[in-house]
Amino acid sequence: MDIRSQISMVFHLDKCIGCHTCSVACKNIWTDRKGAEYMWWNNVETKPGTGYPGKWEDQDIYKGGWEKKGNDIKLKGAGKKKGLSNIFHNPHMPVIDDYYEPFTYKYLDLIESPEVDDQPTARPVSLITGKPMDIKMGPNWDDDLSGTPDYARNDVNLKNLSPAEQQAMFQLEKMAFFYLPRICNHCLNPACVASCPSGAIYKRGEDGIVLINQKVCRAWRMCVTACPYKKSYYNWHTGKSEKCILCYPRIEAGYAPACMHSCVGRIRYLGVMLYDADQIHDIASADKDKLIDKQLDMLMDPFDPEVIESAKKNGIADSTIKAAQKSPVYKFVKEWGMALPLHAEFRTLPMLFYVPPMLPVMASITNVDNTEQSKKLGDISKFWPDNWLYDTSTEEFWGTIEQARLPIQYMANLFSAGNTEMVKLRIMKLMAIRIHRRWKTVGDISEEKARQVLKDVGLTQETADAIYYLTSLAKFDDRFVIPAAHREHAIEMMENTGDVKGSTGFGFKQDTAKRGL
Amino acid sequence: MNSLSDFLFIAYPYIAVSIFFVGAIWRYKSNSFKYSSLSSQFLEGKTVFWGIVPFHFGILILFLGHLFVFLFPGKVLEWNSDPMRLILHEGIGFTFGVSALLGLTVLFVRRITNERLQMVTNRMDIVIEAVLLLQILLGCWVALGYRWGSSWFAADLSPYLWSLVKLNPSIDAVSAMPVVIKLHIIGAFTILLLIPFTRLVHFLVAPFHYMWRRYQVVMWNWDKDRVRNPRTAWQSTRPKNN
Repeated sequence: MDIRSQISMVFHLDKCIGCHTCSVACKNIWTDRKGAEYMWWNNVETKPGTGYPGKWEDQDIYKGGWEKKGNDIKLKGAGKKKGLSNIFHNPHMPVIDDYYEPFTYKYLDLIESPEVDDQPTARPVSLITGKPMDIKMGPNWDDDLSGTPDYARNDVNLKNLSPAEQQAMFQLEKMAFFYLPRICNHCLNPACVASCPSGAIYKRGEDGIVLINQKVCRAWRMCVTACPYKKSYYNWHTGKSEKCILCYPRIEAGYAPACMHSCVGRIRYLGVMLYDADQIHDIASADKDKLIDKQLDMLMDPFDPEVIESAKKNGIADSTIKAAQKSPVYKFVKEWGMALPLHAEFRTLPMLFYVPPMLPVMASITNVDNTEQSKKLGDISKFWPDNWLYDTSTEEFWGTIEQARLPIQYMANLFSAGNTEMVKLRIMKLMAIRIHRRWKTVGDISEEKARQVLKDVGLTQETADAIYYLTSLAKFDDRFVIPAAHREHAIEMMENTGDVKGSTGFGFKQDTAKRGL
Repeated sequence: MNSLSDFLFIAYPYIAVSIFFVGAIWRYKSNSFKYSSLSSQFLEGKTVFWGIVPFHFGILILFLGHLFVFLFPGKVLEWNSDPMRLILHEGIGFTFGVSALLGLTVLFVRRITNERLQMVTNRMDIVIEAVLLLQILLGCWVALGYRWGSSWFAADLSPYLWSLVKLNPSIDAVSAMPVVIKLHIIGAFTILLLIPFTRLVHFLVAPFHYMWRRYQVVMWNWDKDRVRNPRTAWQSTRPKNN
């Protein structure tokens, strides 16, 4: 057993309102620079949709991630042989137009315009060439556009859905969508690290954050291809690749990353996970249907004395182990079994987990007779000649999951490598907690029934309340359990504190002159 | 005239080589952030294929070919003693020469005409591309007009270059060469001299070490076992990422 610690995250999709505050917080801090304008280390996508960059999930196009070869895995579009032979021209790399051409508006034209007959306009100009341009794409161009032929219907996850299922999904009455916020997954088996010919990308041992050393990156661009989530970006101005750094300067100082801190819906949770690094290769090369179970198995119980002992042997601080024991991520992922990784089939062992959305509300449309009701309407009331009812009653709660407006298979393609049972169980748990709370607070469901549904999904009343608390009422410190990075350790990462002891300020960037010879 | 060729074929090569070494190392040491291939495929990904691939394979083979003749002139002369093998040798060299020439022309035109690329092009990019283009053009001219280059390079120029290496320059052979060949030699040293000041430095950091590296890289800021061991002073382990 080789226990390491990893900063891991859970996104509770039921709570995401798609406001893009996370994206903007990230952009303001990290990517509001020349060459990085088009980068969104954090972005929010509407699903079903093609995402950013367009169709990023389609590895037939981009060749990202790993693929299984016998009992081993190989990088799909990079690696030693493919990477070095394609080093001059990388055939599977997305270009700027696959993301979008960054733009701004000539706002000054509004102010400096002479008095004219027409309203002055601020023309869009390219942030690359500075010349006027027609905007064709943006980072969230498909925002809220479910059902559209260009975006929603081109979603890669619809691949193995029958044409009838797809049609049903996009009927006007049934149309639905949800939001998928994405950042770098800080994988345990990162394809970007493995693909980098220069060895510029590395995973930090202490907290598992994946970083690109800007001084070593030589713009061979293989990470852009290799990352199946397309979360490694090429800065066209500096000629270096960049990616989400999980706000490590903030984490080291005990703050939550900017995207998480600013989250309006409070959907994000962050905490430490202890995992067994010895198993990484075996699990990444497991069969597709066992991938997720095995990945969950390698995440260790932080209360297990054996795990604690092994962690200490590896130099993991007591404070980190304590943080792991309080980790909301461990609760959601392991203890309660509510969260799943995104696209586990890419075999990078992503460490960002999603609680799949139950929304849009489980409901069925039933025919009812409205005539009695309509008679009561006054003369000036608007009369609706409909006779259907949007039925949200919980009479047949498990049945409505099967008839969910977003098919279970679609969710499974996103979150469980195609395994519908896995997603269904998690959605049933969400439903069971809702019924349990309805019994407690509204009371129109019998206790017997509430107990029965919890039993069906293997939860107790106490756990259900705990999940409810962490979902709906949790305070900042419950959602973000950041291990004390120890200010003294943060400084040690930058310099050997003994060397600058006695010097003022922050020390010298370059060596000072030495006395003597 | 004599002092001019002394300068061009004795002093200039030494100056060029010195500037190359000092400049390249200084640039790496002082600001390795500036070492990058500065790929522009991200801004224009289609035309670039037809330029960059023929150019790189062409220039690589040509470079290795020149290097081989310089290092092992005897072997080359022996190989060239059979006319068929000589023509094969020259044919292959010329093919890659043309490939490099066409490739670079495509790249040059692309760089000048594409609006987006103009934003990532500086003066030195144009200078080095022009010098390279001229150099390859001269090379092709030499190959066609002064046959057979691989043989007389091995017989006459390789000894000249070796005399420079041995710090005992003898330029009799070079001085007798036609102007085109002289220009080609001066061009070669000019490119060497310009390398530290241009994007060409990227070939100095070609990632061969990738071949024998483990795929995954995990970096600990400290030696995780020693740093928390109360028996050792932590000063003995130093941060690795700086």
